Amino acid sequence: MNTVGYTAIVLQVGAVVAGAPLLTGLMRQTRARLEGRAGAGVLQPWRDVRKLLRKEPITPVGTGPAFRWAPPLLVATSLVLAVLVPLISTDTPVRGRADLIVVVSLLALGTLALALAGLDTGTAFGGMGASREMAIAALVEPTILMAVFALSIPAGSTNLPVIVAGAADQPARLTSPAGLLAIAALAVAVLAESGRLPVDNPATHLELTMVHEAMTLEYAGPDLALVEFGAQLRLTVLLGLLASLFAPWGIATGASLAAVLLALLLAVLKVAVLGMALAAAEVFWAKLRLFRVPELLAGSFLLALLAVTASYFLGGEGGQ
Amino acid sequence: MRTAHEVNTGELPKRAEGLLRDGHRLALVAAHHDVDAVRLVHLFVSGPPDTRIELHVRLDPARPEVPSLAHLSFPAGRFEREMHDLHGIVPLDHPQPRRLVRHFHWPKGWYPMHPDAGDPPAFGEQEGPYPFLEVTGDGVYEIPVGPVHAGIIEPGHFRFSVVGETILKLKARLWFVHKGIEKLFQGRSVAAGLPLAERISGDTAVGHALAYCLAVEEATGTAVPEQAQCARALLLELERLHNHVADLGMLCNDVGHGILNAHAQRVREQLLRLNDTVTGHRLLRGGVVPGGSALRTLPHPAQLDAIGDDIRDIVKLALGHSTIHDRFTGTAILRTEAARDIGCLGYVARASGLAQDARIAHPLSPHGRPANVPVHTSGDVLARFLVRAEEIDASLALIRELRDSVATGPVLGPAPAAGSGPRSGVGLVEGWRGTIATRVELAADGTLARVKPVDPSFFNWPALPVALNDTIVPDFPLTNKSFNLSYAGNDL
Repeated sequence: MNTVGYTAIVLQVGAVVAGAPLLTGLMRQTRARLEGRAGAGVLQPWRDVRKLLRKEPITPVGTGPAFRWAPPLLVATSLVLAVLVPLISTDTPVRGRADLIVVVSLLALGTLALALAGLDTGTAFGGMGASREMAIAALVEPTILMAVFALSIPAGSTNLPVIVAGAADQPARLTSPAGLLAIAALAVAVLAESGRLPVDNPATHLELTMVHEAMTLEYAGPDLALVEFGAQLRLTVLLGLLASLFAPWGIATGASLAAVLLALLLAVLKVAVLGMALAAAEVFWAKLRLFRVPELLAGSFLLALLAVTASYFLGGEGGQ
Repeated sequence: MRTAHEVNTGELPKRAEGLLRDGHRLALVAAHHDVDAVRLVHLFVSGPPDTRIELHVRLDPARPEVPSLAHLSFPAGRFEREMHDLHGIVPLDHPQPRRLVRHFHWPKGWYPMHPDAGDPPAFGEQEGPYPFLEVTGDGVYEIPVGPVHAGIIEPGHFRFSVVGETILKLKARLWFVHKGIEKLFQGRSVAAGLPLAERISGDTAVGHALAYCLAVEEATGTAVPEQAQCARALLLELERLHNHVADLGMLCNDVGHGILNAHAQRVREQLLRLNDTVTGHRLLRGGVVPGGSALRTLPHPAQLDAIGDDIRDIVKLALGHSTIHDRFTGTAILRTEAARDIGCLGYVARASGLAQDARIAHPLSPHGRPANVPVHTSGDVLARFLVRAEEIDASLALIRELRDSVATGPVLGPAPAAGSGPRSGVGLVEGWRGTIATRVELAADGTLARVKPVDPSFFNWPALPVALNDTIVPDFPLTNKSFNLSYAGNDL
């Protein structure tokens, strides 16, 4: 393969790893400023990581391998996602493996690992969080699949780089009914998958209302750092995927280093803008009653299904 | 005003039943260890017109037993359990003869309020099993929460029996913060009792201080100047304001809408700074003193108007938000009959259709009565939100009205003539949470022989599990905040 391709992957993973905590910091800072608070600063999540890594790891009595292995597994799946998802270049050595179904499975694997860890602690909160998380995941994963399927029909492949490259060539695909429906569906699914308002409140201290946080209550020290880092990576990758699928402009499709560097800059910019827009929107939202969450997710699944239907019947070219 | 009747133990249930039937409510039960007898005082109140009737019962100190009133009044049953735990007085035929206040590490047979109790003993072996009622059935599981919580809140243990996400039964076990306040009052001078009264529940400094001062003034026969009466009514409304604003914000925060909380807390901070200029303390301590009031400055009407506008904006935005409205509506309904049976007070009662307000029933003076008492009947979180929001408007109007009849600096009545013999007094005040009742007895030398404060939380806590039946677990924090009961005022 080519050196530029490898460079692109290294740059992409480096940017995601360094940028994930910064993205969370940026989102918190945006929210704080909009609420009239000073905020802790963009660097705070990195400071938290440093603080947590200095603490001793604590394993609750009676927990087993599921609890032990969930944090590394979550981070590992997120890192593999960071390699596979075409954020800055579609011409990388791993493009053949960046299949949609692999991406969704890796997401589900991370979710499952954390849910099992929540159950493994044997506490009421862990089990409660796990059951809520799985109920949400069961609705979210098919939505992500469906929404990206809608985009894969015109491209004729479930390979993400092919879909992205196709969309970059023909931007008209994105403004088609199928494209717009898929954007809406995927946006809701990303909110739910990353535990944001209105599905889950990442800032709450109320243990009985938590979804994602309830599963991770027993983690401390370096394990907690890994869990939080994994969640930040996932949010970054998901927002990046959203940006690549629906605003693929600037993504490098050839073997030019300059194009890759420009794409990196643009990707960082796109994800930062998306993150700030999400944080700004969250200021105006409130958390839904838990039993209304399935309604919201079922709605987004319906949108995804409509997107697939529309793209099948209305999609003119490249259907085969 | 206040009448006292000596009754014997046999007559007590009959007399109590008659009083309850005539529309009185049991406001307070206090036990006293006199030299020759154990004396119980049951205070029944009703209003308007302001009526206070006391039933005094004398018991044999060797065998302090009294027929239970629990079958007549639910609060009476709670007072009796409290008396049993603190004084060792046995309520006969009590339907729930279990401990209430008693910390489970206190040695058996040690009663902290008994004159021979001495210093608190070391924590002993846990006293007997005290199991939670277990709910069984397909898919029923338990969630234990607390007493240490994830947020900075007071300690309380909650045991949820849940199927899926729906609460079948909630048991709240509180009583982790016994401070021995009633014992600490004993033997203090009247002046030294005031700081203690202000600290019974930190957010109700004015309410408890005022109830204490009223009781002391009745006992000593002190006349309070009208200006001081108005100043006290004004302070009471200022306290209502800062607490209600904070609650409105936190209710929004609990449904994930942080921005309204940020603004409500901004308004609260303005109010706390205003409090600081008015009394020299952000939580209004020092404004109410025995015999009168001591204000430094008066709130400026323009500032109050600006605060009122801000709060109305916050309320309008909250109610206009469809998700918030949806989360509040129909959540944790406390029905009117349940609220009446439990004996709820304050905004909890008023949100469930009971127009309970001591400012109307037991007014301090001709001033300080709200023009209207907001009442809602739906009994859900929305009703408790709306009652608070409307009370803020009523309080602001009242402050504006009272402002003109108040003087700054110490306003004190003539010092009372040194009385002799034991004397008693009762104070009834509509604190921001509800009606506070304090009963004081003075010893012959003018020191405090016995002070019994009752916070409205003592009456309202049992209503929380009732309201939560069939509510879902993630709505518990919201419901809890909508009640916002005091742990410290509940467990003296």
